[in-house]
Amino acid sequence: MSRQLNISLSPHIHGGMSTQRIMWLVVASLIPALVIAFLTFGVQAIIITVICIGACLLTEWVITHFVMHRPPTLLDGSAMITGILLAFNLPSILPWWMAIVGSVVAIGIGKMSFGGLGCNIWNPALVGRVFLLISFPAAMTTWPEGVGAGARLLVTTGASTHAIDANTGATMLQLMQSQGIGSLDPDYLGMMIGNMNGSLGEVGSFAILAGLVFLLCMRVVTWHIPVAVLGSAAFFSWVFGGNPILDLFAGGLILGACYMATDYVTSPMSHRGQLIFGFFIGFITIIIRRFGSYPEGVSFAILLMNSFVPLINRYCRPQPFGEKQRREMLKKTA
Amino acid sequence: MLKRFKKGGIHPNPMKLTAGRPILATEAPREVRLLLSQHIGAPAKSIVKPGDEVEAGQMVAEAGGFVSAPVHTPIAGKVKKIEQVRDAQGLWKEAILIEAAEPEEGARPERVDFDESHPLRSDEEIERLSGQEIIEIVGQAGIVGLGGAAFPTRVKLTIPQGKKADVFIINGAECEPYLTCDDALMRRYPREIVAGLRYLMKATSAPRALIGIEANKPEAIAALTDAVKDYPEIEVMPLRTAYPQGGEKQLIEALTGRVVPAGGLPIDAGAVVDNVATAFAVYRAVKFGEPLMKRVVTVTGMDVENGGNFIAANGMATDNLIELAGGLPENTGKVIGGGPMMGRAMSTVEAPLTKGSGGILIVPEKESERGAVSPCIRCCRCVSVCPMSLEPYLLQNLGQFGMAEEAREAGVLNCMECGCCSYICPANRPIVDYIRLSKLQIRKLPK
Amino acid sequence: MSYIVLSLAIVGGIGIVAALLLYFVAKRFNVVEDPRIAEVEAILPGANCGGCGLSGCAAFARACCTATSLDGLNCTGLGDKEMAQIAKIVGLAEGTRIRKVAVIRCNAACETRQLVNHFEGIRSCALEHSYYQGESACNFGCLGLGDCVAACPFDAMTFSESDKYPTVDIDKCTGCGKCLEACPRALPKMREVHPGKQLVYVNCSNRNKGPLAMKECEVSCIGCGLCKKKCPSEAITLESFLATIHGDKCISCLECVSVCPRKSIMAEDAPAPLK
Repeated sequence: MSRQLNISLSPHIHGGMSTQRIMWLVVASLIPALVIAFLTFGVQAIIITVICIGACLLTEWVITHFVMHRPPTLLDGSAMITGILLAFNLPSILPWWMAIVGSVVAIGIGKMSFGGLGCNIWNPALVGRVFLLISFPAAMTTWPEGVGAGARLLVTTGASTHAIDANTGATMLQLMQSQGIGSLDPDYLGMMIGNMNGSLGEVGSFAILAGLVFLLCMRVVTWHIPVAVLGSAAFFSWVFGGNPILDLFAGGLILGACYMATDYVTSPMSHRGQLIFGFFIGFITIIIRRFGSYPEGVSFAILLMNSFVPLINRYCRPQPFGEKQRREMLKKTA
Repeated sequence: MLKRFKKGGIHPNPMKLTAGRPILATEAPREVRLLLSQHIGAPAKSIVKPGDEVEAGQMVAEAGGFVSAPVHTPIAGKVKKIEQVRDAQGLWKEAILIEAAEPEEGARPERVDFDESHPLRSDEEIERLSGQEIIEIVGQAGIVGLGGAAFPTRVKLTIPQGKKADVFIINGAECEPYLTCDDALMRRYPREIVAGLRYLMKATSAPRALIGIEANKPEAIAALTDAVKDYPEIEVMPLRTAYPQGGEKQLIEALTGRVVPAGGLPIDAGAVVDNVATAFAVYRAVKFGEPLMKRVVTVTGMDVENGGNFIAANGMATDNLIELAGGLPENTGKVIGGGPMMGRAMSTVEAPLTKGSGGILIVPEKESERGAVSPCIRCCRCVSVCPMSLEPYLLQNLGQFGMAEEAREAGVLNCMECGCCSYICPANRPIVDYIRLSKLQIRKLPK
Repeated sequence: MSYIVLSLAIVGGIGIVAALLLYFVAKRFNVVEDPRIAEVEAILPGANCGGCGLSGCAAFARACCTATSLDGLNCTGLGDKEMAQIAKIVGLAEGTRIRKVAVIRCNAACETRQLVNHFEGIRSCALEHSYYQGESACNFGCLGLGDCVAACPFDAMTFSESDKYPTVDIDKCTGCGKCLEACPRALPKMREVHPGKQLVYVNCSNRNKGPLAMKECEVSCIGCGLCKKKCPSEAITLESFLATIHGDKCISCLECVSVCPRKSIMAEDAPAPLK
């Protein structure tokens, strides 16, 4: 025996996809949205994003190094995504320390307390955001002044109706809730390309959709969840007498459907399950927006459905190949 | 639009480096070690003793049971001893060692080739053979499935009571990357394969036959289409390339749309599936009375100097065959018997070739090691590529934590270990390893 | 005021009714169980190792309390003192018991075995064994992935990552047999311990013929039979080229240890009694 051969069981080749590659592709796909956020909110958007990324990475490193005694997992890029997505869910004028608190909660509680990447039940970025939303409701719903809401208010004076610019630091959904949908004159095109108020990431719907197309082309995500979420949201918006286009584009729904709901770890494992999962996210979002006290409900809807994922997985198991035929054969012989 | 199997599957880089290389005859080896257990089922029983003189093609071991196959020697010579040798997995197995007589001075060395000069039966004689007689010939010739599993063909052809084969399927998919032995055979011997197929149809009284070939082998498709043009009951169907098209259940679905019941056999869907090489072996056995003692073997690999398709004698040492392809490269890390997706890494290259070995793949050192494993991110890629519609991520966990009962309920026994899930897994998890472990655990469970 | 009284009365009333209900239900469905079972179970180690031959500690406790003699009922995980305690609880004479410990009949640490392959895959001896001979040339020896160590319920085995070889801490070992169950090559052997006598065993399981066994490992038993010849008490048998020492006959003279040309017979001091 001249040389030691390697032995291992088949398969002996690998497709080459890696967790790291997937994560960095997602990061790359988020860049256009970040650019739009910068154009809309100025350098403040970049500052918040950098703070969130830094805080997330640091939290993850501290926990893996001092608590779990594991090798660092920073390079897999998942903490970076959590940071970016958390920042995308925050107003640009949020105090910097709140962003840090959100990041620590997102990584510390939302992810590492379950055992790290792959073990968490809820989307970490959304855990961070909802924590902030409940703890600091005022700061989380204060938007920068000087950015248009994406719509103009229709004001009736005497016999004539005319529109005034509503750039008082409110999002369109807030206006919809406080003023009623009939009193808005939405600027559709403007809000799609970022001329509207809101969280960092939700203002550039087109940039987000472009990122989604990129991810679809790179086969990082499949169409099932985004289509199910957006489809069901549009449908129920129409059922409840809303404006489907406004509901889709005015808030965080696109961001949620494309990046938060599609999070691998917290979404169902079968395509059928994913469709059900997405359908209910859209439904709950619209319910909260129409009948709840919050103007926005995407985060809650996704977190709620995250909790149902194990159940969905259990009831949406694929039927093994030939199982139906096996039953038929048994019936025939019986 | 070409057909393919419906659920799951992957598209590995085909890497058919030796495609188009002709089938080369080789020099007969000076000695062969014929393993008694070369097939699924009971090992064969030796019927020779040390010192016996044997002819080429003589049976040296008879079938050891119903699911078993006899073994024949490819060379003439003397039985030296019956000894324990290491097989490709390094396990000690019983084998018959046969040494060729010293060649006479100046005599041409014996060649291992498919000699067509002395047919045993004329076409008319073959026409008169009954199906049962053909099955008997196939059994006596020791023919086993040459696609890799080496299941005795005689057993497969014996249709169980109450079942009917209404279509005979020839597997020319060769979906494994690197391997080209079937492709080479189809290009070189299309007529012979079709003849073998017609004998097989007679044996199983199947009225119709389909030959499934993946579309990335246009020459083979053309050759076989030409060969079947006189037989309307045989059809050559090109298939859209995807792995594992060559799995029998997948192939049956792709060609006929029928689904084999879980845990069932192809005959439950009215089909019998055999490899092209098996059909060719049947042709040789029926027409020339030649038992299965040589076959086409692909020797390939990125750094192999002279890869190709060789006619190799059964029982020849693997390293002798590798020598013919230019020898084992310096940077060899792994030698795989079979293709990269389902083949077995060999523990020693001195192991003798068996009937089932269709390919020798030599992998360089740097590509032979598995990457680092990271946690499962539940991306569900394994679920979407699984051709058996299982949940590999779940089976992996059940295997890891020894939950055999649950794994059986989750259908782990349906898994055919095609390796799609491990191939696609971005976290590089050894899913199939855990599935195999799970199957071992199930075997330990009380019935 | 009346509200307070009323609510007190209602809540208190519910409490009393529920308590009565509980009392009657508990009375009605009471399962009479020998109180000694719980007492015995409290002494047992609770590892459910199955070393006693029963399905677990609870089953053993029940068996002790229903038995008429403690002979044959032996918790391998307990010392003599604890067994005496159990005997006292159940009011029977102490049974005879022989302590067993596991010895691993392979000595293939990395420097002695001839490595022929490098195995990559999950850490499971069972899996490697069913597909390959293992990393070393020997088909009978330790695979070095530690299934036995993972199976040990008493923390009595350690795995040396550098040697890829497990060692048994015989002071902790109870001889329950879990490692034997886990080992696909059945290398661990439960050896009886006789106080004061050294533990002598053949540290190899190679059943190949001498020349082959010699090639495969530096410390393999080649079945030469020297030990059998020298043994004064006929405690050694030779079967398919492998010597076996029978503990009941061995007198610990260590003659075989000194005579073995392959250094494959080991003698270890008898373990300390279990805590």
